[in-house]
Amino acid sequence: MDSGATAWMLTSCALVLFMTPGLAFFYGGMVRSKNVLGMLMKNYVAMGIVTITWVLVGASLAFSGAVEIGGYNVIGNFDLWGLRELGMSNDHFGLPYPDNVQMMFQLMFAIITPALISGAIAERMKFTTWAVFVAIWSIIVYAPMAHWVWGGGFIADQVGAFDFAGGLVVHINAGAAALALLLVLGKRTGWRQQAIRPHSLPLTILGAGMLWFGWFGFNAGSAFNADEFAGNAFLTTQIAAAVAATVWILAEQVMHGKPTTLGFVSGAVAGLVAITPAAGFVGPLGAMAIGAASGLICFSALRLKFMFNFDDSLDVIAVHLVGGIIGALLTGLLAEELYSGGLFVAGIEQFGRQALSVVIAFAFSFGMTFILAKVLDMTMGLRVTVVEEQSGLDLSLHEEQSYVMAE
Amino acid sequence: MKLVIAYIAPFKLDEVRDALKGAGVTGLTAINAQGFGRQSGHTETYRGAEYEVDMVPKVRIEVLVDDTLAPTVISTIETTARTGSIGDGKIAVLAVEDVIRIRTGERGRDAI
Repeated sequence: MDSGATAWMLTSCALVLFMTPGLAFFYGGMVRSKNVLGMLMKNYVAMGIVTITWVLVGASLAFSGAVEIGGYNVIGNFDLWGLRELGMSNDHFGLPYPDNVQMMFQLMFAIITPALISGAIAERMKFTTWAVFVAIWSIIVYAPMAHWVWGGGFIADQVGAFDFAGGLVVHINAGAAALALLLVLGKRTGWRQQAIRPHSLPLTILGAGMLWFGWFGFNAGSAFNADEFAGNAFLTTQIAAAVAATVWILAEQVMHGKPTTLGFVSGAVAGLVAITPAAGFVGPLGAMAIGAASGLICFSALRLKFMFNFDDSLDVIAVHLVGGIIGALLTGLLAEELYSGGLFVAGIEQFGRQALSVVIAFAFSFGMTFILAKVLDMTMGLRVTVVEEQSGLDLSLHEEQSYVMAE
Repeated sequence: MKLVIAYIAPFKLDEVRDALKGAGVTGLTAINAQGFGRQSGHTETYRGAEYEVDMVPKVRIEVLVDDTLAPTVISTIETTARTGSIGDGKIAVLAVEDVIRIRTGERGRDAI
């Protein structure tokens, strides 16, 4: 084992965990002042619940053994339940740092993925049902997907698709789940009839800064070493975020006449999403192309929710689903041998494999989440009452207020 | 005694406060407010979605004054808060039955 790699990966764990509070504030600033704690809590609680589900069973299902159905490796086993068999070595993963660090790094990804979904269901979902949703989803949707892509499962093995740091497992997965959940949940009361505006963009901008910062652990940490590949992933991450943010405000300038702060940070996040599956496979110019494509296409995708009339409150579809798809597909075209360490050859064939992996990931996540949402709706109920919604989730769900008037 | 209530443009607050101090006013209350009048609202754009916002920010000033000082206070606010463009605001003057200083229990003119 290598102490340099261990130190970097421990740091990366902390960086990736820090993204969830970042996401909470990114989202929290965009809701109305009566729903801020409701929004923050839906993100923070993932740090509690998913840690428990991951240690008990999620990690094992994702990264231990193989259960095959029809020759396809679809899920792990329970051998590592409770992480008891992990040991104080690197025997399980064979990486240059201890297995417990690798399992913790993977945990941080498992935490932020369901948290990403919360932006689509803002300002109207029950907290209790959300907590149960996160627990079950992390086991029946996240763990299998992580297994298919990173745990030796069939997407990596038989489909032959590559996902460096979570385009499929994190972003397409969360985006497809967000779409399924919001369709069952329904729109916010008054959506499109009244102006529902962000209550504090400075909070959103601060949160986006935390996300950008943490994303270096997310992507460069996914090199699983402290080496030139980690350095390249770090660099491509910065480039894609910078280009997408700049392209987004250019698009706003052209389309609306003024660049917006929310646009800049939305572009940055879109670029970070899109570079995620590609970060360790493309070079600086490939990262620029991915940044530019995601900035433009995600910006255009904002219209989808108005065209099809679904209340994706904080644009999880336009940013994470669409951004994730762009990144997954372009990975197949823009990966270069030099930067990917000769792992695979980019081209139309790889593009096809990437596209198939996108379809599988979308279909699985959407389907499973839709069923889970329906079951939870029939048993616990997904929505707060209209009165609770109108009084705001801070007070009605948590008996607290974000901004109190008197000291 | 009078309660002078003025709705003014927020950027005029400092100027109006200084002018009122100069005119002998010993205290005032200012409150952030939102409202609409003849001044039309504005457009806000969030992620490409445009919203027409009819409510514009104003500051509501409340000044308690003795009858003799009231005309000066009113004209001071009027001249200081005026820019000549739409949205300068309004002044309302109300008769006040009594004023009580909570700390000392003084009443009427002495409490102002």
